[in-house]
Amino acid sequence: MTWLVPLLVLVPLLGAAVALGLLRHQELQRAITVAVLVVAVAVAATLMVLVDRHGTIVVQVGGWEAPYGISLVVDRLSALLLTVSASVLLIVLLFSIGQGLAADDEDAPVTIYYPTYLVLAAGVLDAFMAGDLFNLYVAFEMLLVASYVLITLGGSEQRVRAGTTYIVTSLIASAIFLASIGLVYGATGTVNIAQISERVADLPEHVQLLLHTMLLIGFGIKAAVFPLAFWLPDSYPTAPAPVTAVFAGLLTKVGIYAIIRLETIIFPRPQLNTVLLVVAVLTMVVGVLGAVSQTDVKRLLSFTLISHIGFMVMGVGLGSVVGTAAAVFYTVHHIVVQTTLFLVSGLMERVGGTTSTRSLGGLLKAAPLLAALYLVPAFNLGGIPPFSGFIGKLGLFRAAAVDGSPLAWVTVGAGVVTSLLTLYALMRVWDAAFWRPKPAAEAAAPHASVAEPHAHLRSPEPAPLTVSEATGEAYHPGGSATVTDEAHASSASHPTTGSTPTHTVPADSEGVGDAPERVRLPRMLVAVTTVAVLGSVALTVVAGPLYGYATRAAESLESPDRYVQAVLGGVR
Amino acid sequence: MTLTLVLVIAMAVLFSCGVYLLLERSLTRMLLGFLLLGNALNLLLLVMSGAAGRPPIGDSAEGVTDPLPQAFALTAIVITFAVSAFLLALIHRSWKLSRADEVEVDEADAAIGRDRDESDDDPESDHDPRAPEDADDPHDRGAGADPDATAPADREASR
Repeated sequence: MTWLVPLLVLVPLLGAAVALGLLRHQELQRAITVAVLVVAVAVAATLMVLVDRHGTIVVQVGGWEAPYGISLVVDRLSALLLTVSASVLLIVLLFSIGQGLAADDEDAPVTIYYPTYLVLAAGVLDAFMAGDLFNLYVAFEMLLVASYVLITLGGSEQRVRAGTTYIVTSLIASAIFLASIGLVYGATGTVNIAQISERVADLPEHVQLLLHTMLLIGFGIKAAVFPLAFWLPDSYPTAPAPVTAVFAGLLTKVGIYAIIRLETIIFPRPQLNTVLLVVAVLTMVVGVLGAVSQTDVKRLLSFTLISHIGFMVMGVGLGSVVGTAAAVFYTVHHIVVQTTLFLVSGLMERVGGTTSTRSLGGLLKAAPLLAALYLVPAFNLGGIPPFSGFIGKLGLFRAAAVDGSPLAWVTVGAGVVTSLLTLYALMRVWDAAFWRPKPAAEAAAPHASVAEPHAHLRSPEPAPLTVSEATGEAYHPGGSATVTDEAHASSASHPTTGSTPTHTVPADSEGVGDAPERVRLPRMLVAVTTVAVLGSVALTVVAGPLYGYATRAAESLESPDRYVQAVLGGVR
Repeated sequence: MTLTLVLVIAMAVLFSCGVYLLLERSLTRMLLGFLLLGNALNLLLLVMSGAAGRPPIGDSAEGVTDPLPQAFALTAIVITFAVSAFLLALIHRSWKLSRADEVEVDEADAAIGRDRDESDDDPESDHDPRAPEDADDPHDRGAGADPDATAPADREASR
């Protein structure tokens, strides 16, 4: 069944080429993109079962034997992440198709979207299978170049600005990674991960430390761990909702995957584990404090994304089978839940016209289903007991308790505080956006008490808006002529200045208001988001087998000899 | 392993110039920095193939030079080429949109900075380069609402 493995890269790439040729046939293009990802999900799921039964599958591309050719390696960790990412890619694709079908959406995907998306998929899937460092680099570049295009989609001024931060940071990360590949080759004479693993122990201590640190920094930027995470909340929120969702779900996890491989196969010795644990604590705490101070839902979610990367780094840093198993399980949980939350924030933006918690309000009445769709993954991310977030965190804390060192206990404390603060930040969004009625928007916001006393000190609203507020309802028909077709319910007059300095889009002064009638969301978007939420709940249902799988994956990771044996076979 | 000193020095110079330029705010300089950095990396890969002087192919007494780093460098060159093309397109787009080559301060960041400055009642906040000078000017705030339409003209005016 080894022929299945290359399909995961080949099919998306060929699909991208075909989709690019069909720029004028939108429906055909959509159908092909969906078909490609359905095939990818099917192949990945098959591999997941096969690998668990028969052990690691290795394909030597082009028939060149291991240390010289390119190896694609699918072990349990790879297979699990391949399946989850292919499914998430498919879900997000369906969401963006739903956006495209709802014709009133300004973020509707343009024709270049689908081919680029498939290249991104090929890059992500290739990264999870790469058996040598240089192939991993090529996979990274594939997904990065696709992500450059996606993050600047439409090319508005804001996106170009945000994209530049992202692109330059990624370029530097890639440069560091490539430089460390060069140095690894100079030191060991190979880029094959299995062979590096064999040879690295013979190197002098300081050379090992240098290579290890450089690779860790390169991957750390991609994974957005604390001192290297500044770029993420600047760049992700401006992209269209599905793009942000897939980036948040997958791109940082590719970095985490690389860190797991690095710490278990390439440098199995616990050389930098202390550093990793300290970084994990800082990532968790700094990330979540950033989330607490945000007033924009997408930015807030970006900060919780950073913060929860800390949990995965913590699992890796513990350097034990239980720790790695918990990290793997948490990665799977986080891919699904974070993607779902970003999709939901996309829907909130559709209904409320903005993602700022200062101007959102009354969404519970406007869209009750949306409220449920938000609440479930929010509880999940915060770690409320029945959900998978709780199970993942419990696993991590147990692993730390088994470890028993003072630093491990510190990470447990930080993890608990982070969970609580995550829940606080997400519930604040719930209070502001769903719970409170729209008219009392400014006064009722619990968090506003911190920020709002200074609101009057801030500069006055732009002149046109002030005029429309002063004249009230009577002025609105004229003033809101441009927004009536996009604002879903524009009957509200807005007594207080609903706009923050950053969100003075005209729709803000309208919003959904206290509109009694419910807002109709496009069915497909709601359906896809519901499937995503159900998927995140399903993680709880299958948590037992999944955790077992993760533990078996961690067992084979923590004994790198098995990996080396599988890749190199008799060649020694 | 023997290294060629000239190549190492050239690589160091390219690295330092490249990183310096990448840290600039101007997009064009970033592109130049990226190109220098790419070439520095190619040199690094090449240096890793060992001492100079051996033939790339054929039979010779001292053996052939290691071909693998050259294959890496070739791949890296192709990737650098693609990314430069994208960066050029980005610069073009940025120029068409705003007639400016600079990367702006993130508005949301600046807003949070202003909140903090005002709550501290910090008299220096007006001179904070990260807080745009429009803090007291309602018209500029209005321009922030619709960056596509009025921001470039506004920026010209504020100079």
